Amino acid sequence: MTLFSFSRFWAILVKEFIQMRRDRLTFGMMMGVPLLQLLLFGYAINTDPKHLPAVAVVAENSAFARSLLRAMENTGYIRFIGAPVSEATADLMIRRGEVQFAVHIPPHFAEDIVRGKQPALLVEADATDPVATGNAVAALQGLDTMALIHDLKGPLADLQKDGAPFEVRLHKRYNAEGITQYNIVPGLMGVVLTMTMVMMTSLAVTRERERGTMENLLAMPVLPMEVMLGKILPYIVVGYVQVAIIVVAARYLFMVPLMGSLPLLSLAAIIFIAANLAVGFTFSTMATNQLQAMQMSVFFFLPSLLLSGFMFPFRGMPVWAQVIGEVLPLTHFLRIVRGILLKGNGWADIWPDMWPVITFLLLAAALAMIRYRRTLD
Amino acid sequence: MSDAVIDVQGLTKSFGDKRVVDDVSLRVGKGQIYGFLGPNGSGKTTTLRMLCGLLTPDAGSGSCLGYDIRRQAAEIKRRTGYMTQRFSLYEDLTIRENLSFVARLYALDRLNARVDAALEQLGLTSRQKQLAGQLSGGWKQRLALAACILHEPELLLLDEPTAGVDPKARRDFWDQIHALAGAGLTVLVSTHYMDEAERCHEILYIAYGRLIAKGTIKDVIATHNLATWSVEGPNLHLLSRELQQLPGVDTVAAFGTILHVCGHDEASLEKSIAPYRQRPELHWERSSPSLEDIFIQLMSGLDTNGLAAKR
Ligand SMILES: Nc1ncnc2c1ncn2[C@@H]1O[C@H](COP(=O)(O)OP(=O)(O)O)[C@@H](O)[C@H]1O
Ligand SMILES: [Mg+2]
Repeated sequence: MTLFSFSRFWAILVKEFIQMRRDRLTFGMMMGVPLLQLLLFGYAINTDPKHLPAVAVVAENSAFARSLLRAMENTGYIRFIGAPVSEATADLMIRRGEVQFAVHIPPHFAEDIVRGKQPALLVEADATDPVATGNAVAALQGLDTMALIHDLKGPLADLQKDGAPFEVRLHKRYNAEGITQYNIVPGLMGVVLTMTMVMMTSLAVTRERERGTMENLLAMPVLPMEVMLGKILPYIVVGYVQVAIIVVAARYLFMVPLMGSLPLLSLAAIIFIAANLAVGFTFSTMATNQLQAMQMSVFFFLPSLLLSGFMFPFRGMPVWAQVIGEVLPLTHFLRIVRGILLKGNGWADIWPDMWPVITFLLLAAALAMIRYRRTLD
Repeated sequence: MSDAVIDVQGLTKSFGDKRVVDDVSLRVGKGQIYGFLGPNGSGKTTTLRMLCGLLTPDAGSGSCLGYDIRRQAAEIKRRTGYMTQRFSLYEDLTIRENLSFVARLYALDRLNARVDAALEQLGLTSRQKQLAGQLSGGWKQRLALAACILHEPELLLLDEPTAGVDPKARRDFWDQIHALAGAGLTVLVSTHYMDEAERCHEILYIAYGRLIAKGTIKDVIATHNLATWSVEGPNLHLLSRELQQLPGVDTVAAFGTILHVCGHDEASLEKSIAPYRQRPELHWERSSPSLEDIFIQLMSGLDTNGLAAKR
C-alpha cells in the first residue's frame, strides 16, 4: 500500500492532461505567454537606444556649427528633428519629452574657436531616464576632439594641438546625478496600478460566475451600469491608497523631488486607474474562471511592463513595438507621472499623453458594457 | 389580459443543436402551488430561467404577472423571487449581510426592520452573524428562501429547493410554502420528491423538454388510466425480473417489501399475471396507481408517444 504504484501515478497524470486540454484558454496562454516574452525580450528590447530626438538652438549659423551638428548625428545616437528652434521652444520640447537633447550653439562660436578661446557648447539632456541617455551622453562628450578635425586644416590645424578646440558642457536636467530611483519610483506607481487594478476587477466579476452567485445577481433587478460602477469604485479607492503610499515613499524613502502639482497627479491617476479597471472588467466578461482571468491579466501586463518604457528605454524599441506601446495606457501614464513629479509639468504639458489614456478608457468601457450579459444565454 | 400569473405559449430553447425546452405552454393560477416535475436534464431549470428573464427563449411568448417575458424582464424580476438550484448567495458574507445586500438591490425601504423580520420569520435571528458558507444544507435553504421573499414578491420560482435537505427541514419548508400561498403568493416549484409533488395543488410533468402531463394529481392519475397490482411475498427480486418480461406489464417497481406492477393495457396485464396469482406464497391485491407509478411509467418512456398525442 505504501509502495509507489505506477498505476496510481498514471491515473493522476492522465487526469491532469485531460483537464489541461479541456481548458483551452489556459492551454493557449501557457503557449502564448512564453511566445510573447520571447518576442518582446528578443526583438523589442534594446538598452542602447540610438537616434534619440534632439533639437538645435543656433545662435550663429557658421560652417563650424553645421559640421558640428552633422558630426553629432553621425555618432548615431542623436537625430535632429526639424530645423533649429528658439530657446523657449527647445525648453518646452524637452519638458514635454518631445526631444531628449537640446544642443545650443553659442554666439561667436566660430570666431572664438579660431581665436583659440575654446568656446563652450551647451548640450541639455532630459536625464529622467539615465539608462536611455547614458551612451548618447558619452558619445557626445567624445566629440570635442574629433568633430572639427576636417574643418581645422591648414593654418587652423594648430588649434587642434593643444587640446580640444571647444568644450562640450553637458547640462543634465531633472535628474542631474543620474539617480535611477528618480525614474523608477514614479514609474512604479503606474506599474503597480496596472497589475493590481486589472487583476482585481477581472477576478471580481469572474468570481461571481465561478461561484454561481451571478445567477442570483442577474435574477434581481440590477442594471449592468450599477454592477460595473459598484464593482469598480472600491478598487479606485484601493488604487488611490497605492498612489498615496508610493508618493510618500518616493518623497521620504527615495528622496525623489516632487516638483509638480499633486492634485493634477490625482486627476491623471483616477483616469488611468479607471482605464485599467475597464480592461479588467472586459476580461472578466470573457473569462469563465478565475485562473483564466488571471492569465488574461498577465497577458495584458507583460507588454505594458516591457513596452511602456518602464523597464527599458522606449526610444530604443523598434517602430512596431513603439506603436503597441503608444496604445497602452501605462506608456502615457509613465510620461505623465515623471513629467509631473520630476519636471513640474502642468496640464498643458501632460495633455498630449492624457487624451490617449482617456480614449483608451472610453473604448475599454464601451467594450465591457457590450460584452456584459444580463442573461445567462 | 388573463388572470393567470404565468401564461406562456410555445416556449422553446436550444443550446447548440440540442433542443432543451420544446414548445412548452403553461398557465399558472394565482395563489396556487404548482409542482414542476421531470427527470434530470428535462429542462425544468431552463424553463424557470426563461420565465424570470435569465434566458431569452428562442421561440414562444407570453407573460408573467402580466408583463411580457421578452420585453419586460425588469418588471418581472422586481416582483418575482427566484431561488436557484445551486446556492447562489455569498458564502463569504454573513446571513444578515446577505439579506441586507438583497434588500438594497431591490431598493427596499425600512431595510433593517425588514431584515429583522425575515430573520425572525425563518428562525435565523440567532445565527445572523454566521457566514453563509458555514451553514448546513437546510439552513442555507432557509436563507435562500428568506432572500427571495424579502421584497414581497407575487410569484416564487423555486428550483429544487429541498434537494439534499433532511425530512424535518423539508416539512418545515413546505409548511412555509403553504403559508405563503395562503397569503396569495403563487409558487412554481421544481422537485424530484413524490411526497412534495403530492403537496402541490397542481403538477406539471416535463420530459425531454416537452410538457407531457399537467393537472391535479387526481386528474393526472385518472387520465393515465394505469392498471396497478401490488404483490407481497418472498424473493421479490426474482419475481420482479420475471414479471418485467411479461406482455402487458409496463413497469415493475419495488417499494420496500411490496412490488407495484403496472400496465396501461389492463386486459393484457391481468392475463399475464394470472398464473402468478395462483401461487400460494404471493399475496396479490388490486391497487390504485400512485403518482410515482405514473412517473416511473412516464420516465421509462414507454408511454411518451401516446401521452403526447393525448395532450
Ligand atoms: N448553459 C447551458 N449550455 C448548454 N447546455 C445546457 C445549459 N444549461 C442547461 N443545459 C442542458 O440543458 C438540459 C436541460 O437542463 P436543465 O434545464 O438544467 O434540466 P433540469 O433542471 O430539468 O435538470 C440538460 O441536458 C443540460 O445539460
Ligand atoms: Mg435543474
